[in-house]
Amino acid sequence: MHPAYSVIIFTCASGAGYGLLGWLALSAIRGSALERPFTLGLIAFGVAFALITAGLLASTSHLGRPERAWRAFSQWRTSWLSREGVMAVATYGVGGLYALLWLWGDVGGGWPLALLGLLTLVCVLATLWCTGMIYASLKTIRAWHHDLVAPLYVLFGVVTGRLLLNAIVAVVGSGLSTTAIWVTLLLLLTAWIAKAAYWSNIDTARRTHTAGDATGLGRFGVVRPLDPPHTRANFVMREMGYEVARRHADRLRQIAALLLFIAPALLTLLMLVASPELVILLALAAVVSAAAGVAVERWLFFAEAEHVVTLYYGRDAA
Amino acid sequence: MTTLPPPSKKKLGLVIDLDTCVGCQACATSCKEWNTQSAISGPLNDEDPYGADPHGTWLNRVHSYEVGEGETGRTVHFPRSCLHCEEPACVTVCPTGASYKRAEDGIVLVNPDTCIGCKLCSWACPYGAREYDYTQGVMKKCTLCVDRIYNETFAPEDRVPACVKACPTGARHFGDLGDVDSAVSKLVASRDGYDLLPEMGYKPVNKYLAPRPKAAPVVAASAPAARPIAVPAEETGTTTARFFAWADKLLTR
Repeated sequence: MHPAYSVIIFTCASGAGYGLLGWLALSAIRGSALERPFTLGLIAFGVAFALITAGLLASTSHLGRPERAWRAFSQWRTSWLSREGVMAVATYGVGGLYALLWLWGDVGGGWPLALLGLLTLVCVLATLWCTGMIYASLKTIRAWHHDLVAPLYVLFGVVTGRLLLNAIVAVVGSGLSTTAIWVTLLLLLTAWIAKAAYWSNIDTARRTHTAGDATGLGRFGVVRPLDPPHTRANFVMREMGYEVARRHADRLRQIAALLLFIAPALLTLLMLVASPELVILLALAAVVSAAAGVAVERWLFFAEAEHVVTLYYGRDAA
Repeated sequence: MTTLPPPSKKKLGLVIDLDTCVGCQACATSCKEWNTQSAISGPLNDEDPYGADPHGTWLNRVHSYEVGEGETGRTVHFPRSCLHCEEPACVTVCPTGASYKRAEDGIVLVNPDTCIGCKLCSWACPYGAREYDYTQGVMKKCTLCVDRIYNETFAPEDRVPACVKACPTGARHFGDLGDVDSAVSKLVASRDGYDLLPEMGYKPVNKYLAPRPKAAPVVAASAPAARPIAVPAEETGTTTARFFAWADKLLTR
């Protein structure tokens, strides 16, 4: 599949933004948001909503008619893309209210904050899930129609959001707790294992459809393209027949694993023994590394995915 | 509405006879000609038509394949267009309702006035039936010439899709596949018409008829398979292209 930059930016940036918002929501549920440090909240909510908005705006540039994007809220009954749009708006509403209450609200016992936090968390997870399901629901793309795709979208949002929160807490907060560091390490490890399992799974899974099935001509023997229907690549080939990055898939997977999991994990581990000033540097480095890593991972997610339609264009099996 | 209507009694579609198709491309060109002037699907724009990388929006494509080896080997011409599936995923994934399946006859259409050009429907289709119009920013697909088949200003014999009308060998048949007594249904029954990728579950309405067994073996010469056309490299000279050329070099090392 052709990796559209706008969609890569969207899923990476919004994913991290939703993840960060989710962690902020969780702090209310756990009760630790009762102190509600203003500067930290302002920066953290600001970064979260800025990333979410930047990603959503980037995604509209993928559209042929972005001025009609509002129409995408209507078909939530059947379309995961529409559901994602609806959930994104809902998250703005609920999450925005939660942010306002956190920053300026006069809440005594804290339960309104906890309730809104819970709703925000649900919205965040649902939005990330919808993003994953846009891809996971497509039966035509074997590597996407996989049980781990939607959970991985959620997990990567949560992990990159956590790294962002760590950096913000390190810079403007009261320093990172040991628990926060161990939670981060556990999440990075989980994400790495899940992604490695996904990669090994799509590599070994059988390609079930053949050119013989696609044309129905398999009964006569092997089907080979003789004359293409067009002299230059058409839309279908440009969009679905993208193969450039596949040559480097193994190397790019190693790079993604290094930048997205290994480097952030080592940097986070070092925070256990580093001075507060160094922790700031380590946390920021982890964010930069994971951002680059998730971009490579997302690029591969598209570039490695084979579409069934390529069977008509010379692929043996998909 | 992208929620599918209840299954219609009438299932308009095509039956394509791979035994008689000669790969002349008349169906593809007449489709382009009719539909580019159609208010429903047109215009079907072309990009860079006289330049180095011409491509454009077509609703029907004719492949030619070599099948089998040696004496049993044969050339099969294979027209490919929308199959107007009974359970089309291209419709249900549409976020705007621009893609829809007609309740009355099962034709799958795109409303060009509400399509946002997200291309998700083209990803959901295993048959490559939908082609994006880069100029207009909306998706295009076969309309089964809905503006011909019900057109009362036409003589009855002309009320068929342009591709069917143009086919010089009678390889394309149009009719109601929901009616077991229709000519197309009988043809499908008599020739064991089949679905493309039935295991994917989209229940295509269009049917294909397999080439008949060969009469007598011929002396065959083995020819090398044609190379599939390559997706062109992204434009050269841009900063992105230079970046990827650099990354390619670095990763190849």
